[in-house]
Amino acid sequence: MKYQPIIGMEVHIELRTKTKMFCACPGFHFGTKPNTQTCPVCLGLPGALPVPNAQAVEWTQFLGTAFGCTLAKFSRFDRKNYFYPDLPKGYQISQYEYPLATYGSWTNGEGKKIGIRRIHLEEDTGKLSHTTINGERVTLVDFNRSGVPLAELVTEPDFSSSAEAKEFVQALQQIVRYLEISDADMEKGSMRLEANISVRVGQTTNDIRQKLPDYRVEVKNINSFRFLESAINYEIERQSEALERGEKLVQETRGYNEVKGITFSQRQKEEAHDYRYFPEPDIPSFEFSDEILKEIKSKLPELPESKRKRFETEYKISPSYSKILTETRELADFFEEAIKVGSVHGISPAKLANTLVNKKPNISKMLPAELIKLIKNAEEKGQISDEELEKVSLQSIEENSDVVESYKNGKESVLQFLVGQVMRKTKGRADPTKTAELLKKLLS
Amino acid sequence: MTVLQNLSIAKLQEGYKNKDFSVREVVDFFIERIEKHDNKINSFTTTTFDQARKLANMADEKIAKDGPDIIAGNPLLGIPLAYKDIYSTKGVKTTASARVLENYVPSFSSTVVSRLEDAEAISLGKLNCDAWAHGSSGENSDFGPTKNPWNLEYVPGGSSSGSAAAVASEFIIAATASDTGGSIRLPSSFCGVSGIKPTYGRVSRYGVVAMASSLDSMGLIASSVEDLARILEITAGKDFKDATSWDIEVASYSKELNEQVKELRIGIPAEYFGKGLSGVVKEKVDDAIKKFEEQGAQIQEVSLPHSEYAIPAYYIIMASEVSSNLARYDGIRFGNGRDAFGEETKRRIMLGTFSLSSGYKDEYYNKAQEVRRLITKDFTDAFEKVDMLIAPVSPTPPFKLREKTEDPLQMYLSDILTVSVNLAGVPALSLPCGFTQDELPIGLQLIGPKFSELKLFRAGYEYQQLTDWHKRKPQL
Repeated sequence: MKYQPIIGMEVHIELRTKTKMFCACPGFHFGTKPNTQTCPVCLGLPGALPVPNAQAVEWTQFLGTAFGCTLAKFSRFDRKNYFYPDLPKGYQISQYEYPLATYGSWTNGEGKKIGIRRIHLEEDTGKLSHTTINGERVTLVDFNRSGVPLAELVTEPDFSSSAEAKEFVQALQQIVRYLEISDADMEKGSMRLEANISVRVGQTTNDIRQKLPDYRVEVKNINSFRFLESAINYEIERQSEALERGEKLVQETRGYNEVKGITFSQRQKEEAHDYRYFPEPDIPSFEFSDEILKEIKSKLPELPESKRKRFETEYKISPSYSKILTETRELADFFEEAIKVGSVHGISPAKLANTLVNKKPNISKMLPAELIKLIKNAEEKGQISDEELEKVSLQSIEENSDVVESYKNGKESVLQFLVGQVMRKTKGRADPTKTAELLKKLLS
Repeated sequence: MTVLQNLSIAKLQEGYKNKDFSVREVVDFFIERIEKHDNKINSFTTTTFDQARKLANMADEKIAKDGPDIIAGNPLLGIPLAYKDIYSTKGVKTTASARVLENYVPSFSSTVVSRLEDAEAISLGKLNCDAWAHGSSGENSDFGPTKNPWNLEYVPGGSSSGSAAAVASEFIIAATASDTGGSIRLPSSFCGVSGIKPTYGRVSRYGVVAMASSLDSMGLIASSVEDLARILEITAGKDFKDATSWDIEVASYSKELNEQVKELRIGIPAEYFGKGLSGVVKEKVDDAIKKFEEQGAQIQEVSLPHSEYAIPAYYIIMASEVSSNLARYDGIRFGNGRDAFGEETKRRIMLGTFSLSSGYKDEYYNKAQEVRRLITKDFTDAFEKVDMLIAPVSPTPPFKLREKTEDPLQMYLSDILTVSVNLAGVPALSLPCGFTQDELPIGLQLIGPKFSELKLFRAGYEYQQLTDWHKRKPQL
């Protein structure tokens, strides 16, 4: 490609703390009745003051630790001043000069390192809805979301394709869920993506940060991983074509229209805000000792990447199985709990992995001990293992080449003959439905 | 009923105990005074007399039922107060003397008000001030200026103009007030009353309409140091709703008041006695210094070398925070729209917005913060040599109404001797120390290191034992 894409990501993650960032109102707001979870602080009433939520601070430090960031020893909140009807104080309490975590990294599946520039903490705004009441077009404000803690993660412009960006945000979602600091649900808006995209002429170099273009397009309002991919692809194409035509690209903010699959200009550089940041005088700055930061790091749970590797070596399961079993912390924990129970009953980790991956039992409705019991029962009934079933099935196929021939010629009813063969060979210890499925697979 | 004059908290409590008068009688007495004279002074924006009478009756019932011992457990039982109109009062209009909030009724009370109510104080209403507490004369109130009760042609000082004027007029025993750059000390000095600007973070700011958050200090105005001590020990202390309030124990100021400060070392900051200080002010403050010296205090000159930069640094930091703090008054959720802001408020919003704007921030806001650190260090250095500083509050005696309204810069310079204290976050006690030939009050300030309120109160109390400037009252 003549043009090389340069992409950086900004991700907002709504933390699922019990209370809001600076007051005692409930943090959970999705689907609640408008303006029922508010107080003088999150409504910005005269004289109300913010008191920071210690849990939200710690969780942001967790996230920083998960990406190998340096946790700040000195950190503080700043005021970001701008006007919008969903912002009751006329400023957002955010972090500017001294974020909680800086300079970490993440390595993708192909071993490429992506820099994490910073992770900071801020408050969410209220929500506007534009509607018509009694024939009049109005805008309503719901402040239930006002003041909910938001962690913002900013990467370096290290991605060179939409696929890379997507892989990162998916991994980020998984990590955040592992840390249990957010639902990171794109649909509910508890994870929000913004992509910064530009393109430059030239070859791919190893150091992507070398000589960045003098403009950057920020695409907002992306609420699914799929839309992220298509928005980035659209922008790369749009920008490349513009450069091709000899146009000069400018710094701008664009929105994404998911119906049309296109981006559209919202604001250009000249209209950019001057946020007039200054230190939030209502909240003393933070100073964290080495001991406190060490303690925070020690509280971090095992992350997907290391869990996956550990499962492979500790339980001798395949990388693909390990990846599936570590997809969610819930499944991984279930697996390990089941191993503990299973060891007493002589059920191997490999057997458990196999069952969990292939039979996909509903683990949210089952205790690990119950799964063990099911497996035990099946064994007692004498059902043969999947491996044995496959062996016998292949044997039956080999021995009945004429039947196989007519099956391949479209006579599907002969499959039942093969099933019968398997049942006979296993003395009825095979599951007929499962056997039929397997045979179909083997014959296709 | 005995003559109600030169009242104090102790005198009222004594009277309630001895049944010389009832709480209701006292409250009625003050209400009558306000109704008779406040049309001249304009110290109240809102009165809550019905509520006050009701509370007075309840207090009398309590005393009748539980006996006079109840007073010990309710340190302000039956004491009539009023609140500067920037203190939120649940269910009672809180306007900040600003047109924007003229109909705003808070759904919650400020921490200070709640603590005073818990101590059974009786509020008579809300007190006038410069709108949003922006001003040095009281003339910026959107509801008309407060007049100086000593001479109605003069300003009472600002911004806590109503608080000082109402105490001087004997409309109330004490008032809440706030000091961002001198707003307690200046009106106290101009009205001949006593005022305490506590250490930043000593008293909760929760529920008080913010002016400049890193400078605002919630204090009091009363007729004597003793009454200030009795009330500050109730309002001071950690509040979990204000992250900048300090979790440091509050002394029993009133009980420890009459202990003399031994080997008191008082510093005279040379920069506060220089050019521009009027002769009569210097003379009266010098008299007070002599008084302290006679009592055995050791007096020495000290220097606060960065004083000359205090006014510009203060007006940049203050205006910057003001511009941000007033952004919420957009007329969307409550209050009137932005066009209702007054002249001075608009000036400060513009100054602050400019000072924080990219391209100017380094030159203004950041530079001012640098100066602030140096000024703070000046005080720290001085307090290594002395226990407290003594200085005039205002370089001149009270000035006339409209004398400085046409020249904002002249008005800003009224704060020249007060703003450094706010930048450094230290406490200061303002005391009356004499009068001009025209019977206009003059005040001094004692400035101490952080959390030295008790020491300041002790020194001030001793001074008031030796002088009776604080007992003089204007003829209304």
